[in-house]
Amino acid sequence: MTAARAGVPLVIARNITKRFGGLVAVNDVTFEIPEGSIVSLIGPNGAGKTTFFNIIAGIYDPTGGHVDVRGRPLIARPRNSWREPFVWFAPVLAVAAVAYAGYVATKSELIATAIGAVALVVLIAMMLSSVARPAWYNTLLARLGVFKSARPNDMVKAGLGRTFQNIRLFQNMTAMENVLVGMHTKLHATAFDAMLSTPRNRREEVDSRVRANELLALVGLPGRGDELAKNLPYGDQRRLEVARALGSDPALLLLDEPTAGMNPRETADMMTLINKLRGELGLTVLLIEHDMKVVMGISDRVTVLDHGEKIAEGTPDEVRRDPRVIEAYLGAPAA
Amino acid sequence: MTARPAPMPASRGRGLSNALREVRAFADEHRSVSIVLGMAVIAAVLPLLAVVPPFSIFQKQDVWLSGFSNAGVFVLLALGLNIVVGMAGLLDLGYAAFFAIGAYAYAYGASPYSGQHLPFILMILIGALVAATFGVLLGAPTLRLRGDYLAIVTLGFGEIVPIVFLNAEKYTEGTNGIGGLYKPDIPFVTFTLLNPWPFYVLMAVIVTITIMLIYRLQNSRVGRAWMAIREDELAAAASGLNTVTTKLLAFALGASTAGLAGVFNASKLTLVSPDQFMSTVSFSILAMIVLGGMGNIWGVALGAFVIYTIQVVLLKQLNAFFAAVGVPILKDLNFIQYQFLLYGLALVLMMLFRPEGLFPSQRRKRELHAADELGPGAAGEVQGSLGESPE
Repeated sequence: MTAARAGVPLVIARNITKRFGGLVAVNDVTFEIPEGSIVSLIGPNGAGKTTFFNIIAGIYDPTGGHVDVRGRPLIARPRNSWREPFVWFAPVLAVAAVAYAGYVATKSELIATAIGAVALVVLIAMMLSSVARPAWYNTLLARLGVFKSARPNDMVKAGLGRTFQNIRLFQNMTAMENVLVGMHTKLHATAFDAMLSTPRNRREEVDSRVRANELLALVGLPGRGDELAKNLPYGDQRRLEVARALGSDPALLLLDEPTAGMNPRETADMMTLINKLRGELGLTVLLIEHDMKVVMGISDRVTVLDHGEKIAEGTPDEVRRDPRVIEAYLGAPAA
Repeated sequence: MTARPAPMPASRGRGLSNALREVRAFADEHRSVSIVLGMAVIAAVLPLLAVVPPFSIFQKQDVWLSGFSNAGVFVLLALGLNIVVGMAGLLDLGYAAFFAIGAYAYAYGASPYSGQHLPFILMILIGALVAATFGVLLGAPTLRLRGDYLAIVTLGFGEIVPIVFLNAEKYTEGTNGIGGLYKPDIPFVTFTLLNPWPFYVLMAVIVTITIMLIYRLQNSRVGRAWMAIREDELAAAASGLNTVTTKLLAFALGASTAGLAGVFNASKLTLVSPDQFMSTVSFSILAMIVLGGMGNIWGVALGAFVIYTIQVVLLKQLNAFFAAVGVPILKDLNFIQYQFLLYGLALVLMMLFRPEGLFPSQRRKRELHAADELGPGAAGEVQGSLGESPE
């Protein structure tokens, strides 16, 4: 296969460690995904592949280490989180001080009550922001040196799209609706737009359906938009999951065992699709896979995990010959 | 799926089915217009029905109309709860709390008790807004809980709110409630106790607008997001949805509908008291949307309407009927006291025979009858890969 295009790594995961209680699922793994490449992560069952994958996707917070996307740190252990309550209470205290000063100066209870009510509203607003975490709130936290790990939806905004090992489509929604949900971050109609049926909402609904149809055609499901996701055959469900992930126009596509449970023909089709995505959309792909034919046939680089540790890394050919990899998969030769 | 079997040639009902198809096509294209038309027809037919024999025997038209407006309150509540439970899949057992908050908001905004008299239209907005605010306040800390836990917290909230109104006597007059609320004041219309028509028309208008707005929401980016969260929250988050704000929005919009209903109810009864908002109300509404067909807007509206009417009219008539005929044990029963037993029975029977509700949404019907569905339509395409299809 073609060598990786030289360039800045799209994603760097440095020294990622994840412990679940006493179990070390991922231990000090460093991993780079260069832009435009297809990178694979392999390893025996229970090697920590999916855990590592979920950390990159923002589902778990790592116990140690951090993930940078295009040089921006997005995922790490929270830092200086004790400062966050100051963000909630400082504005309230300021408003309350103004209220008190106003009361002392004017002796008007009405003014004091009014400003007091404003203080309460501000407090509630700040508390809500801490739950909803809008962009301005995150910037504010960053200014204060507080770091909070990105959530899955933040990672989607940063350009990551993913599929799941065990297909997780919205089963009772149509294929089209699944893709439209995938396009959520690219659409901007609010609840009010929808209720008032504003021109923006109507335009977006039409445009997004056109785009969704394109995506369905791209993954090989043209004209199947009206079918319920659960009624699609297994292989097509996998394709639909890819289409949904593509909805957010990701730069990096995370595929968790995309060919699991597929027959050889479907597997070959999926490989063609992955290559096509890289070729036509310029996507970078991170692949977890058990099927060695897929991994060796498609990847630019392969990383091998075993017991949560990285044991080998390199081109498919290098990895194939690596004695440690052979040992991990087949066991140590009898001495 | 795209190639539907062609309609049977030269069948008897062809003209009718063509007309139906045209109506359906029109309804799909101009949804808001057809909702307004449909509701106008319903609103015009109901008063006429009330003077036709089987119904006119039960009670006079005025009583019927007044009952219809009360039923409208429950239709609104069911529509609102349907956003939370049916669309977003968040089980809310304390929904009556928002109803109470809307009603008390009206009591503070338009009664001699508070000395304020704000215009009704403004109060509707305020009631909805206040209820939405409380919805967000309740939702923010609790929406990270899942399923059962969320249900318990909302149950608690539903208990707390009426108790607060009951015990904060200094501000709410306790058990007596706040009375003498002003009737709605809409220009050129006089609302009096004796004339049920203005309330009836006002209710029809409010319900129409609500149904229209909810329909639009359902078929939008927001509605799809709710559905996605109901289906699979993790996958929804991995598709880029901010699950917290999306769920908060569902809670807020559901609560605001209840607030709206509260304002209307308070202005019609001219009294708010804590016992109007006990947890039984929450359960009634929940039962209504389950019986009506969760997730289907027309279904829950119709379900709420029918059940409320049955509960208020039919049970009373049953009493009268059995007393008149003199059936041994039944004549001594007061059926109104057994309404929750009847609810329970109806729910159990429903779950056994028609789990998707009386008027199910297409989606839920397919969900619950997946086996029957794999019929002629799907067979062609699934062919060959049936062996691998997960199930």
